[in-house]
Amino acid sequence: MTETAPAPREGSAAVPTAATRAGVEVRLEGLRRTYGAVTALDGLDLTLHPGELVALLGPSGCGKTTALRLLAGLEDADGGRVVVDGKDVTHVPTNKRDMGMVFQAYSLFPHMTARQNVEFGLRLRGQDSTRRTARAEEMLELVGLTAQIDRYAHQMSGGQQQRVALARALAISPTVLLLDEPLSALDAKVRSQLRDEIRRVQLEVGITTLFVTHDQEEALAIADRVGVMRAGRLEQLGPPTEVYAHPQSPFVAEFVGLNNKLEATVTAGEADVFGQRIPLVDKSFRAGAATALIRPESIKVLAVDHPDAEGALPATVLASSFLGAISRLTLDAGPAGHLMAQLATADALEHPPGAQVRLRLRPNPILVTARD
Amino acid sequence: MSATIDTPGPALTAAGASLPSRPGLRARRRRNLQILRITVLVLLGAFFLVPLLSTFEFSIRGIGDAPRTFEAWGRIPSDATLRSAIIDSLLLAVLTSVVALALMVPTMIWVRLRLQSISRVVEFLCLLPLTIPAIVLVVGLVPVYAWVHYLAGTDSILTLFLAYVVLVLPYVYRALDTGLSAIDVRTLSEAARSLGASWFDVMVKVVVPNMASAVLNAALLCVAIVMGEFTIASLYNYVNLQVAIQQLGLSDASLSMAASLSALLFAFVLLLLLSFVGRRRDRRGKA
Repeated sequence: MTETAPAPREGSAAVPTAATRAGVEVRLEGLRRTYGAVTALDGLDLTLHPGELVALLGPSGCGKTTALRLLAGLEDADGGRVVVDGKDVTHVPTNKRDMGMVFQAYSLFPHMTARQNVEFGLRLRGQDSTRRTARAEEMLELVGLTAQIDRYAHQMSGGQQQRVALARALAISPTVLLLDEPLSALDAKVRSQLRDEIRRVQLEVGITTLFVTHDQEEALAIADRVGVMRAGRLEQLGPPTEVYAHPQSPFVAEFVGLNNKLEATVTAGEADVFGQRIPLVDKSFRAGAATALIRPESIKVLAVDHPDAEGALPATVLASSFLGAISRLTLDAGPAGHLMAQLATADALEHPPGAQVRLRLRPNPILVTARD
Repeated sequence: MSATIDTPGPALTAAGASLPSRPGLRARRRRNLQILRITVLVLLGAFFLVPLLSTFEFSIRGIGDAPRTFEAWGRIPSDATLRSAIIDSLLLAVLTSVVALALMVPTMIWVRLRLQSISRVVEFLCLLPLTIPAIVLVVGLVPVYAWVHYLAGTDSILTLFLAYVVLVLPYVYRALDTGLSAIDVRTLSEAARSLGASWFDVMVKVVVPNMASAVLNAALLCVAIVMGEFTIASLYNYVNLQVAIQQLGLSDASLSMAASLSALLFAFVLLLLLSFVGRRRDRRGKA
């Protein structure tokens, strides 16, 4: 596993960075958890810096939710330690850990209003009603739900319920915020809005946050760092741009973003892909036949009469998918098989389905895997 | 022309005969269904009401040619045996409900939350009394009761609650299981735990309020079963309401009938009250 320190995100000058925010450090050290013969976590090491939002990303069964549940104390570890703010909390029960959590399933208490839900944790802490009410109103205002303060769960939409759950989790001023796929039950538009809102609130409060998701777009959009998990271990941990642009393993490359697989021949730290020589991420890859993993945006689609088209890979446009500002072309590249290219919609319009085109690869370093 | 024409008006066949249109057919079906519903309702109503009305009629029938009278109904509170039996049965109903719920509510929540692996065993044990005839239960409990009476220093009728708790277990289990299945207990309890709730808080402040209707239903079933129980009390020579009614039937049939109907009406009123409370709770939850 490769770990990279968080770098400032583009356009984030106006908001506090992870380093300047409040919050505590969280360390998962060699965490192990098995369920019978299945190993869910195989010695997971992960450090969350104070005030940082780390997203754990991975396919189902990779252990990301188990990691979060162990951190929350909802399950017991078979081995390893959970250290929060320098204190070992591995054997501290959930209700003493002081962590706020938002669940994948709607978890508002149905017999309570939004206000009562938010006040629940404060009531358990013995706060008087004036302070409780003030805090609940403050938190509900933070998530933009002042108008729904006296509503019951069934009177709110899924997005509103998850916002109340977020307010409830934050109301107790927890040391760590845990988000267990809180957006997965929502529709696309609400998911995108709430995702941005979670990030805004997290930055505003400055709380160390672990966000678990299987949605790469969500992870890349929201996190200071993204950890890609596989079979109970971290495959790569780093800022979203780095994980996307410089995946350290074929698994990460394939899981984060779409990939085309092309035959290649490796020689001297470079890959020969249909006549083009492209540098490798891993220069030490052994020479010989390999499979190159190429991102759709790394494929340039050229008209047949384009000056650079000579010697390029010929292909036919099979279909075009309009995705707003960008479009994806499905291409039949003959011996290279079917490929996917991503380009600006204005450029894609020049290559309608049926058009003959030529393909070139951008010279970005690529990953290769041994050919099957 | 062999095909019919699909128009709102009457359709024609090759023979020129008029067939009812689709709206007409639908109306007739609706009418037939309505007649069927009313018939079923009337038959079922008669099935339930005729015995009750007959009992009521018998309870107010005068002896010989004497006119109808509510005299037997007036004697219910003044009959010492009956009054004592009613009080004992009510106390037993309360005691059984409280003990059965105090035993089963936390057990079932705990099994669902933490001991899912033994849920089948618990279900089997709770449903077992359904398969045991009352007489077998009585025979089996005789030595137990010898110890109970010895240890308690009394052979009060109220000690019957121990046997009744066993008797109501299957019904309480089913009612509570339905209530627990209707809520996501695991997520709610984890949410509460993460907010700082102890296991006691989780049960009392989160799970039980969300299964209040199920608890009320279980309580109602307990009351109904205990108020109607005859075999065990009779075999242990205790006089509860049903035993008293049976004994009264031998000497004063009108009073016995009036008492039976009163017990039934009491159960109806209780049912109505509990369902009213349940509905109010639901409305508050959904308001």
